Amino acid sequence: MKILVAVKRVIDYNVQVRVKEDGTGVVTDNVKMSTNPPDDNAIEEAVKIKESGKAKEIVAVTVGEEKAQETVRKALAVGADRGIHVKIDGIIEPLAVSKILRKIVDKEKPDLVFMGKQAIDDDCNQTGQMLGALLNWPQATFASKIEVKENSLEVTREVDEGLETIEVNTPAIITCDLRLNEPRYASLPNIMKAKKKPIEQINASDLGVDTNSRIQVIKVEEPPKRKAGIKVANVEELVQKLKNEAKVI
Amino acid sequence: MSREVMEYDVIIVGGGPSGLSTAIKLKQLNPDINVCLLEKASEIGAHILSGNVFETRALDELFPNWKELNAPVKTKVNKEKFLFLGKSKSLSWPTWLLPKVQHNHNNFIISLANLCRWLAEQAEALGVEIFPGFPASEVLYNEDGSVKGIATQDMGIDKEGNKKDSFESGMELHAKITVFAEGCRGHLGKQLIKKFELDKGKDTQQYGIGFKEIWEIKEEKHEEGLVMHTAGWPMDKNTYGGSFVYHAENKQVFLGYVIGLDYKNPHLSPFDEFQRFKTHPSIKPILEGGKRISYGARALIEGGLQSLPQMYMPGALLVGCDAGTLNMPKIKGSHTAMKSGMIAAETIVDNLKENKSLSSYEERFKKSWVYEELYAARNVKPSFSWGLILGIIFTGIDQILFRGKLPFTLKHKHADHEALKPANQMPKIDYPKPDNIITFDKTSSVYLTGTNHADNQPVHLQLKDKDLPIKYTLEKFDEPAQRYCPVGVYEVQKEQDEEKFVINSQNCIHCKTCDIKEPSQNITWVTPEGGGGPKYGNM
Repeated sequence: MKILVAVKRVIDYNVQVRVKEDGTGVVTDNVKMSTNPPDDNAIEEAVKIKESGKAKEIVAVTVGEEKAQETVRKALAVGADRGIHVKIDGIIEPLAVSKILRKIVDKEKPDLVFMGKQAIDDDCNQTGQMLGALLNWPQATFASKIEVKENSLEVTREVDEGLETIEVNTPAIITCDLRLNEPRYASLPNIMKAKKKPIEQINASDLGVDTNSRIQVIKVEEPPKRKAGIKVANVEELVQKLKNEAKVI
Repeated sequence: MSREVMEYDVIIVGGGPSGLSTAIKLKQLNPDINVCLLEKASEIGAHILSGNVFETRALDELFPNWKELNAPVKTKVNKEKFLFLGKSKSLSWPTWLLPKVQHNHNNFIISLANLCRWLAEQAEALGVEIFPGFPASEVLYNEDGSVKGIATQDMGIDKEGNKKDSFESGMELHAKITVFAEGCRGHLGKQLIKKFELDKGKDTQQYGIGFKEIWEIKEEKHEEGLVMHTAGWPMDKNTYGGSFVYHAENKQVFLGYVIGLDYKNPHLSPFDEFQRFKTHPSIKPILEGGKRISYGARALIEGGLQSLPQMYMPGALLVGCDAGTLNMPKIKGSHTAMKSGMIAAETIVDNLKENKSLSSYEERFKKSWVYEELYAARNVKPSFSWGLILGIIFTGIDQILFRGKLPFTLKHKHADHEALKPANQMPKIDYPKPDNIITFDKTSSVYLTGTNHADNQPVHLQLKDKDLPIKYTLEKFDEPAQRYCPVGVYEVQKEQDEEKFVINSQNCIHCKTCDIKEPSQNITWVTPEGGGGPKYGNM
């Protein structure tokens, strides 16, 4: 079995994101970037499946600017066998990413495609689903547990009501939840070995895919600052204020 | 437990200006030497914090073509100001009356973090192997007592010391020569200085705590290339401190405050002094209408030549501020740190080729311009132990009339942790509440550092005696850790009439102030899991 894992380079989750002064987006200069956290879970799960002997090869793929390669390199350091970097500058929307990934799937013919359930930068939560539609493959989203069977997977999904367990036939798309596993650390020797693993670079423009934006960003602004709270003397006053001032009851 | 071992010719601990310059110079002198550089931050630059007005002397020597190589050294200083601040007034001191070392017209306003990122790119292009996210946590020794290398931190250990699922054992890195470039109060450097008695016969080391904020200010108030320093308010005349305000590119202002850690009043809060400083009528208008975008703090070395330890030992060298090469009156340490690393590299190349003793490092160092600078600067900081006025008068005579060539050397008499007076003998200080426009509290400030440490790991701020903070330090000094820590790691909480000392180690920004200032030296800073700590951008 072959697993393709898609990873994205995003602003590190510890960094306080700042909106550009002109309201056209967020500041990414001089900002620490990292692999999208649930993508780390996706890689980890693929590596676990390979370690259990059920998969033969893991290919990590990313779509983005030159430096996006770092995320592929990190995936290689924790167990992916080789990498693909589809190079494209600027902001690229989920539909374009899914179209690019479909081309990669056509070429690589994996049995499974893993990725994070959503990226923490745009929070779109669309790429996996769109790729499923484009390929006409079954999808299991928000996976918090995966069991590999003969020609299918049993996947436990984190849904609002609790947990849902479904079975999907392979080939399939799985989007991973943070609860799926605890990603391992890359060890020094593995980071060194990863430097020698191959990363194939493809220009997005060579794939014959329409990557034009479908969404026009009108304005990006910071959420309003929270106002300081007040102390109320008793429950009566609280109820009265909720009713008359906040008008929520 | 046996750990995996890797062998190198040279291992460098720390990816700041001194470590990176060592690595680059080594490769320039001999491309065949294999060099490995470890950095505890998640990426090079993420733990670097500095003013910074940069003197290019060392960079000129390391990369004469740094301009063509597009080094992030762009904003030339074009205007200088020095202000003495009173509580509400200020006196502008003519710059021609400043000692020559404080003239900056050939220097550049830079982000040292960005310069380090650039240096790391150059180093990697030369074949240096750089590994961010791997703190060196332990020094390894050969049987003959010489330094054998270092071990990296184990990853994936829980609070109780058990291995988690993600456990990854640390590695041993062995080298012919290990270079320690951890910066001020390096936690391995500290152990080596003690073990090899490198500070024997030297004055006790002196430190300061430096704060920095980056502000994006209104265009009409921004004067790119302007460098301003202040002395005086809000420090009292017996406390050593001053500010910097540098107008950098992109409408940014690098604003900061440095306070000597030899301050005496345990009620003093360096963080609040910095916040209060920003409310001065000559500072506040610059910031009004602007926005604070970064915050951070870091201890720095102020001891100078008298306190500089021996910088070599069997199998290893100390470079930069792991030893203490900062030039205090110049308020600069980057160029001297870089040069010390370059000298170390020359020493190592000779040592590997001709088996020359590492002691030649000191001989080379003494012949270099770094030594010349530090020699001329040596009397400035100790003279300020007499107070601001006498310090200024003496410094004027020493630096302007004699250019640092007076035939005597003043001593540093006390270590910083010995300086505190009992709390009940010193006045309490009433700091104004933050307005959340110009001044802020520690909580909102920590947020801007991006600091984090994976939870459920052993606390990396260790107490030798866990009862001491409440039983002794609280009573005698009102537990100053609550105030000297720039991010509020230490708190005294009352739980059912019982006082408890709380360490919020996940907030730590690796400034090392607690390790220096704790009056009983009860707090030891050790390396947390790799990648933890602040995520500074262009600090």
